[in-house]
Amino acid sequence: MASPIPPTIAVSASAQSAAKPALLSIQHVAKSFGRNAVLRNVSLEIAEGEFLTILGESGSGKTTLLRIVAGFETATSGELWMGPERLDHQPPYRRRVNTVFQSYALFPHLTVEENVGYGLRVAKRPAAEIAQRVAEALDKVKMTAHAKAKPSKISGGQQQRVALARALVNRPRLLLLDEPLSALDANLRRQMQVELKSLQREVGIAFVFVTHDQEEAMVMSDRIALLRSGELEQVATPREIYSRPATAYVAQFIGHTNLLKGEVQGGIVRCAALAWPAPLPEGPVLLSLRPEHVRLAGPGASGTGVVRIRGRVMHQAFHGATELIRVECADRLLLVVRTASGGVVQSEVELEFSAADAVQVRESPERI
Amino acid sequence: MELLVNSSTSNTPCSRWLLVHALAVFSFLYLPIAVLILYSFNGQGVGGFPPHHLTFDWYRILFADGPIWDSVLNSVQVAFAAMAISLMLGIPAALALDRAQFPGKALFRRLVLLPLILPGIITGLSLLMLFNVMGTKLSLMTIMLGHGTALISVATTEVFAGLQKLDRAQEEASLDLGANYWQTFWRITVPNLKLPIIGAALLIFTLSMDEIAVSFFLIGRDNTLPLEIWGRLRRGITPEINAVSTIIFVFSLVTIVIWYRLRVRAEGGVDIGGELVEDSSTSTLSS
Repeated sequence: MASPIPPTIAVSASAQSAAKPALLSIQHVAKSFGRNAVLRNVSLEIAEGEFLTILGESGSGKTTLLRIVAGFETATSGELWMGPERLDHQPPYRRRVNTVFQSYALFPHLTVEENVGYGLRVAKRPAAEIAQRVAEALDKVKMTAHAKAKPSKISGGQQQRVALARALVNRPRLLLLDEPLSALDANLRRQMQVELKSLQREVGIAFVFVTHDQEEAMVMSDRIALLRSGELEQVATPREIYSRPATAYVAQFIGHTNLLKGEVQGGIVRCAALAWPAPLPEGPVLLSLRPEHVRLAGPGASGTGVVRIRGRVMHQAFHGATELIRVECADRLLLVVRTASGGVVQSEVELEFSAADAVQVRESPERI
Repeated sequence: MELLVNSSTSNTPCSRWLLVHALAVFSFLYLPIAVLILYSFNGQGVGGFPPHHLTFDWYRILFADGPIWDSVLNSVQVAFAAMAISLMLGIPAALALDRAQFPGKALFRRLVLLPLILPGIITGLSLLMLFNVMGTKLSLMTIMLGHGTALISVATTEVFAGLQKLDRAQEEASLDLGANYWQTFWRITVPNLKLPIIGAALLIFTLSMDEIAVSFFLIGRDNTLPLEIWGRLRRGITPEINAVSTIIFVFSLVTIVIWYRLRVRAEGGVDIGGELVEDSSTSTLSS
């Protein structure tokens, strides 16, 4: 008998995912509830075997987008394609897409086992096959011991595993997860992030994971799609989205950053008292400089391409391995610096950063 | 400290007065029923206090009384028919109220619930006129239709309340797992509505069993139990009536207890589950 779930797919999915054929193509999807536009013109491709996270604040439209893919909402305009098949004309029960709900939505009148076997029973699979696949799915999420329990008798984390098994047992082409970890406490959550990621690699099914937690998105995803007020702000790998944020919003939403407003004149960036050469187009410019790219300068001259500035320490916050230091420089320029923890910092410091680390970002357009 | 102790015990004049009041209300409610039951065992008819010559004679007479049992049978038939009619019409109405959007929905909602507050006389009279116009002969059938109509609102309100409590994500999960709308309704929605439906059925059954106003207008040759009792009372009261009332009372009591236990089992399970979740969330997930 074949294994219920395809064998392990190459682990190096992350880097090449963009090159793989698109599994699901979301094309110009918009959704309004009455006069309230929740999504406007979202286009996104999800590759085979990819772990894609839709990240956004509450009200950004991320759950609505997920519900449109699952088939619980109809897009006001736009199309969904799964290969050659138009998906948005299909009812939810004909889509090879399964969902793990935020509330898990386990059926309270059925046992754990019956919950997991629900999809197979509805599909009228032979009883022996159902029993075997359910047993394997429960084993995969380590819930075999609770097979006969009702959902109300198991813990939240266990319910979550059952919801996962119930969805995966149907071998969907795409699994949608709507903030599945949000109800768990911090420790369990971190543990489940790792487990979920390794499970995804093992089964090789594409996951679309919705969350508002940027750290969670960074840890788990092959790519992150950052949604803001119903539009995609940037779609990129976690590394790329962190080191090359497209807009000021992305830079601020993902990690800490210093946003520097300046002016480029004749190849020179001027920002408050600072000035350095940079190959940027003329005119006003917005730059993102990560706190960890700013250093406390040692004595002696700096190398080329390094910008130096003096400032007064306003505030120092201990974060364990690192500290965040808030420094006020000339012309009221505030810089946040991340340094390794240790030692007291003097009240007057000299800072430096490489000009190349100040990356240009677009101003985020106003949206209501 | 003194003050606290005082207020938490039942010795203050205020709480003592409340206790007396509660006892008074309780006896006001249940004393007549107790008297009724007591006199069903009284050998000397319904008069006289205290009762003498306790006896089962009235029950013996009752069990030999053909017309009473005919009327009981009629009433049971009517109650089951009313149950079927009002559930069949009331459940879809509740579904429409909960999930369909249509013009005039607010009006429909009020109209469906109207028979609940409408006096039985009006329901009975209007149905009588309708059957007259249609030329339908009055019989048990007309009473069944009458009770069925009058009690649709009970089925609708009970099931609607159940639907409001139902987690819609469960139905979405079922669709998501490949069940179509029809399968989802039978496999997920109905099992979750089991309790409200059983509750509505029991309520309709008991309401129909002692309904008198609507029945009075629609009665044909065959009496229902309440009309039979009412008819006999005009010829003078005997403890046989007490005996039959006692049996009805015990029957109702058993129904209520069954209903209550069903409810406790359904809801108690959830409650206990909730506590378990709190306890085991840390220990069981480290696997």
